[in-house]
Amino acid sequence: MEFRVTGQKIDPAQLILAIGDTRVGACVTFEGRVRRQNEGRSVLSLDYEAFKPLAEKEGQRILEEARQKFGVLDAVCVHRTGSLKLGDLAVWIAITAEHRGAAFDACRYVIDEAKARVPIWKKEHYGDGSTEWINCATRGPGVSGPGPAG
Amino acid sequence: MNKSVSVSYYAILREQRGLGTEEVPTMAVTASDLYEELRARHGFTLPASRVRVAVNDDFQPWGVAVEDGDRIAFLPPVAGG
Repeated sequence: MEFRVTGQKIDPAQLILAIGDTRVGACVTFEGRVRRQNEGRSVLSLDYEAFKPLAEKEGQRILEEARQKFGVLDAVCVHRTGSLKLGDLAVWIAITAEHRGAAFDACRYVIDEAKARVPIWKKEHYGDGSTEWINCATRGPGVSGPGPAG
Repeated sequence: MNKSVSVSYYAILREQRGLGTEEVPTMAVTASDLYEELRARHGFTLPASRVRVAVNDDFQPWGVAVEDGDRIAFLPPVAGG
């Protein structure tokens, strides 16, 4: 059970080798990637910034909650910081369980909670040269409702 | 009583302050007082209602007392994933 924040490229093929044992009947993984478009704007690149000690602590709490709620066997999440290009992996999650239902549910729980609670920030660079810290606008449609999906 | 705390800013607050971490002498009693003091000084656009505070690497309510030597971080709305 580990939540890690890293400035290094995420390598799922390497990470998956450490996941699971013969109790496992289901392994669900999730990849969050840098998309070329957000809210109708053309995205060129992203910067991620983290408050690392608290991000890893809060992330660990989320993984522990997932274990308690869904009875999963293991949960691992790795999140990038730094400058990312289109197509780069921003976040990777692996959940193992005896059965698929718990693994799918826990994976969804971990990514949703991580996006809402873990102190990591995303700055988008757009095709028109402008930039924006996502969810940090002080006016406009994003302010009262939930932030844009990522 | 005058005290000194280490203040860290992230994301949009870091850019609006122009630096990541600084020592701040303050007479603020609570974290909320400290944020309002710094918001007035540096023109932060985010109201406290949209910011969270961490003291010594853990989330705290805005009413938490500021103690000499604390490491205080102001956290804008998060956007990981």
